[in-house]
Amino acid sequence: MTSSSETASRLDTDVETSYRIDVSKMDSRVLWRITRMAFRHRARMTIAIAATVCAASFQLLIPQYLGQAVDEARGLLTRAAGGMADATAAQEALLATALLLLGAAVARGLFTMLQNYQGEAVGQLIGYQLRLDLYRKLQQLSLAWHDRVHTGDLMTRGIIDIEGVRLWVDTGILRMVLLTILIGGGAVVLLRNDLVLGLVALSFVPVVGIRASFARLKLRDTWIALQDQMSLLTKVMEENLGGIRVVRAFAAQDHELRRYDRVADEALRTASRRVRLFVLSTTQMTFVYFLAMGATLWIGGAKVVAGDITLGQLAEALAFMLILQMPVRQIGWMINSIARASTCGGRLFNVIDLQPSIADAPGAKPLRVTQGRVRFSNVDFRYPAQARDDRTLTGIDFEVGPGKMLGIVGPPGSGKTTIAHLLGRYYDVTAGSITIDGQDIREVTVDSLRSAVSIVQQEPFLFTASLDHNIAYGNPWAERRTIERSAGIAQLHNYIRSLPEDYRTLVGERGVSLSGGQRQRLSIARAILPESRILVFDDSTAAVDAATESQIRAALGEIARDRAVIVIAHRLTSLMQADEILFLERGRVVERGSHADLMAAGGRYRELYELQTRSSDVEVSA
Amino acid sequence: MKVRTGSPAMQKRPPLAVVGSQVSQDEELFGRVFDKWVMRRFAAHLAPYRLRIAASVAAVLLFTLTQLAIPLIVRQVIDGALADGAGDTEVLNLFVGIFVAVVTVNYLANHFMETIVGRTAQNLLFDLRRAMYAHLQVVSLSFMDRTEVGRLMSRLQGDVYALQEFLESSIFAIGDLVLLIGIVVVLLSLDPTLGALTLSVVPLLFLVRIVWLPRARKAFMAAREASSAVNGALAEGVQGVRAIQELRREDVNFTLFAEKASQNLRAHLRASKFTNMMIPIVDTLNGSAMAVVIVVGGSMVLGEALDIGVMVAFLFYVQRFFDPIRSLTMQYSIMQRAMAAGQRIFEVMDVEIDVKDKPGAEDPAEIDGSIEFRNVAFGYEPGNPVLRDISFRVEPGETLALVGPTGSGKTSITALAHRFYDIWEGQVLVGGRDVRDMTQASLGRHISLVLQEPFLFSGTIAENIRYAKIEATHEDVVAAAKAVGAHDFIMRLPDGYETELEQRGSNLSLGQRQLISFARALVADSRILILDEATANVDSYTELEIQRALARLLEGRTAVVIAHRLATIRGADRILVLQQGRIVERGNHDELMRAGGLYARLYRMNYASFDDMPEAEVAPSKAEASLPT
Repeated sequence: MTSSSETASRLDTDVETSYRIDVSKMDSRVLWRITRMAFRHRARMTIAIAATVCAASFQLLIPQYLGQAVDEARGLLTRAAGGMADATAAQEALLATALLLLGAAVARGLFTMLQNYQGEAVGQLIGYQLRLDLYRKLQQLSLAWHDRVHTGDLMTRGIIDIEGVRLWVDTGILRMVLLTILIGGGAVVLLRNDLVLGLVALSFVPVVGIRASFARLKLRDTWIALQDQMSLLTKVMEENLGGIRVVRAFAAQDHELRRYDRVADEALRTASRRVRLFVLSTTQMTFVYFLAMGATLWIGGAKVVAGDITLGQLAEALAFMLILQMPVRQIGWMINSIARASTCGGRLFNVIDLQPSIADAPGAKPLRVTQGRVRFSNVDFRYPAQARDDRTLTGIDFEVGPGKMLGIVGPPGSGKTTIAHLLGRYYDVTAGSITIDGQDIREVTVDSLRSAVSIVQQEPFLFTASLDHNIAYGNPWAERRTIERSAGIAQLHNYIRSLPEDYRTLVGERGVSLSGGQRQRLSIARAILPESRILVFDDSTAAVDAATESQIRAALGEIARDRAVIVIAHRLTSLMQADEILFLERGRVVERGSHADLMAAGGRYRELYELQTRSSDVEVSA
Repeated sequence: MKVRTGSPAMQKRPPLAVVGSQVSQDEELFGRVFDKWVMRRFAAHLAPYRLRIAASVAAVLLFTLTQLAIPLIVRQVIDGALADGAGDTEVLNLFVGIFVAVVTVNYLANHFMETIVGRTAQNLLFDLRRAMYAHLQVVSLSFMDRTEVGRLMSRLQGDVYALQEFLESSIFAIGDLVLLIGIVVVLLSLDPTLGALTLSVVPLLFLVRIVWLPRARKAFMAAREASSAVNGALAEGVQGVRAIQELRREDVNFTLFAEKASQNLRAHLRASKFTNMMIPIVDTLNGSAMAVVIVVGGSMVLGEALDIGVMVAFLFYVQRFFDPIRSLTMQYSIMQRAMAAGQRIFEVMDVEIDVKDKPGAEDPAEIDGSIEFRNVAFGYEPGNPVLRDISFRVEPGETLALVGPTGSGKTSITALAHRFYDIWEGQVLVGGRDVRDMTQASLGRHISLVLQEPFLFSGTIAENIRYAKIEATHEDVVAAAKAVGAHDFIMRLPDGYETELEQRGSNLSLGQRQLISFARALVADSRILILDEATANVDSYTELEIQRALARLLEGRTAVVIAHRLATIRGADRILVLQQGRIVERGNHDELMRAGGLYARLYRMNYASFDDMPEAEVAPSKAEASLPT
């Protein structure tokens, strides 16, 4: 996106500050940016604007023909009274005017259609583009960012905000052109007819313009406030409904309703304030318009009486005012649209302009996996939100080669999972380096790195789709055979075959529900399918029973022969046979060695081992 | 937009890949134009605003009348003061004075009406949403189980907005209707012939719209469906971002998403064509009406059959009367949408509350803590029982472990103790009282619940711990946290107890969330505890901590535990082994081991958990279980 250069690019690690919108500053820049996006569709915009100009011009002709018709009719009347009527000629003149007027009306209709259609088309194209940009960006932004942003908030941006921006072309740009021509053109015609009358008829325009600008700022503020409050309300409701069992169990309905009311009342107050502001500005504008009409009638009437202008000219002036009535009201809508577009656009660009903190370095090359040797050298890590002196990992150092297995164990919060995240480069190390076959992972492309490293997740996300699609998520070209083989290794094949629709069975939100163990097995099948050279199991068999786990382990043995495997687990049976085991505590390796070494050392590992074996020991009753 | 290029294969559309739900979500978009039932229900909610509505209808009428009067005044000015050169300044001044008075009334009426309508609409929407929400707080859990949160949210938000549109526009529709009738009346009374001729275009317009509407609506619905598909795909992209990044589906998904987005684009462009094709038709008819006025009216003026002022007034009216027709036909769709939305909203409000407090239900301050099931049968759908003939008793202070494969009915038993559902047969007693004779609030107070997947609310940690007892002091909160061993990690968080939980506690580990939910139950301090033990996902240290916390939590309380851990099961005073909704074995660990039944068999296989057992292990006894008793 070329336009992102003007807003300083922010890294997505800096979530707190990027989240809010600066209401006072962004306004015109956002609008300008959307406008530029619109003009990228040059042909359509040209047609739309040309059509707008034509539609407005034809509309301006209508009152003139009306005035002409009045004068013709009246002239005929006078002449008829004088007894020199040529009825046929008079009829013909009227007919000609009527046809001209009909022509103008038809032309106006056609051009308005063209203007609206092209305007909406450009709006939709912008919406399409923004939707793609947003989607792509959301897929790229680091997990650190996603961790901190509410899903509902992102959905608001994707749905409501895109809509707000899209409408800007139609209700903003084109309408502005239309209003300018109608009011400007109308002004020229009116003033040329009679300067004083013209001035009187147009007197409402500046008053309305000024009133409109004031209302604009206030409306914008209330719009933002309302959006915020509504998304808070959504959150409250979503949480309540999601946690309804807890709410019921603790008989907390009253408490929950109070919580809801607090937010809802405030939203209602804001909504009412918005209505008041909006109504005040639109009705006052209309009133001023009508007052100007009264003045026109009065002064124009006096002029007709004095013989300065014809009745037709007065009728024309009034007809002009009549066709300007709608546009005057539309100034109010346009203000709303400006407020909406700049708010929504601001919120959208805020996300779209973020620079993913994890991105390919300039000139990054694809990772060349020769052996699949992973090396952590003195790695330190701190999450973006952590205090400067706080570390999640300190001085992590290890190597694991093809055909080897590294086990990582430790209490919760000791940083085990973080190691998996660092290896897949979901976060960048704070100090030290991670290499694969000697290549620093920050210097290779993210795509190639993640192809080489498969992480088996603890809690797999189930996509609402069939089982085969879920398993082949990492390689949608996979053949049925490969899918079945992966499911077989994960000990899921037989279960799937027992389902009514086999591999086509739908899972996820509306599909069959899988137990925790089945989901983990699915996660395993999914991760081994792409045949990456490095496999990381992140506590991914915890919900699988011990017998099934040992079957999985046996089946994995074959494919693990030429792969580097890292197993993170808390159940020691899952990693006892590892070539090396790291015992992590508060981000540091406190013990390392094989199972036998560690048992012999008699430290924390052994303690844990005893803890776990005792808990399944029949003799020791709890 | 430069699309990042992946491997060459990525350019193709993979056969298996999809984004977004493949299940069509469409709910009926348009209802009948006028649904008596919906309107009646609606009227009930409008009742509190009766006065305001009456006032705004009056204001609308006033507003419309003044609108109608304006061309007539202009006509009087022309015919009375300006025509025939007979300049009469006094008449002019008089009518301009009247004009100013009329527009002032018009302004006031307009302002009053828009303010009242706008506010009442907002109030009503909030009322409806709250009524729905409040109802959802008491409807039976079986309804909540069946219904996705997203679906409810779309009713609470989307459908309510559809009504807002209806409410705000309906009052103007009344105005439009009056205006239309008014114009017809005025035109016909000013000059019947010319009036009839001019109005002859109106039926044409109605005809055109009747032909147009069904086609246009199809296009509109397609556009809406495309929108919901593309938004669903976006939602999936956000929720599944971790899996997507890990499995490098960004490029494929982007391609698929772009496909959906362009389908959406096409559908909207088509809908837009339909919207806009009406414009030239209306303008042509409008132009024709004016041409009729000029040719016919002009000739009549010529023959002195018509005042010139009347002709001007006609021209003014003709320009105005297409607006109400347009908005009235638009109102037709809005009403259909609103009826469908209303139906969905009232459907939610009508979901029966099958679990209700009996009149005079007891609210005992103290109970003894016993739980007893007597021959309980229960199911979620008629004809499909999930529990059959369940009888057991837990004495105060005892721990009962429920064991059995997934779907054997353990969770249902715990839910019945809470009276989340009403049973089909038998009796459930808590503290010696039938649960149906107690208030639900008192059950909530005496029974605490700890879920397998701890559900925390946004807010601070302290707020979450005191969730069940808002009046708990900070000391109570800290004491509870200390008792379950959560205090230390809480103090390590940046703001201690005042730390805000992100997205329901995603900044805490599962074990930590579990401990907080324990603390929450401890603060609630109920006699009875129902606990769905967390399955494996915590490590041994946390487990040890949890076991310790659990011991503390169980102290002096009656507990029903859906047990997965052998340690917990062995420690229980009594174990019920469930299979297919029946109790197949009961006793303590030693007794069951001696009996050598299903329990003993499972136990000897040394499964870490009783839930994820291979089907084969459970299967042999299936035949027995399904035998009629």
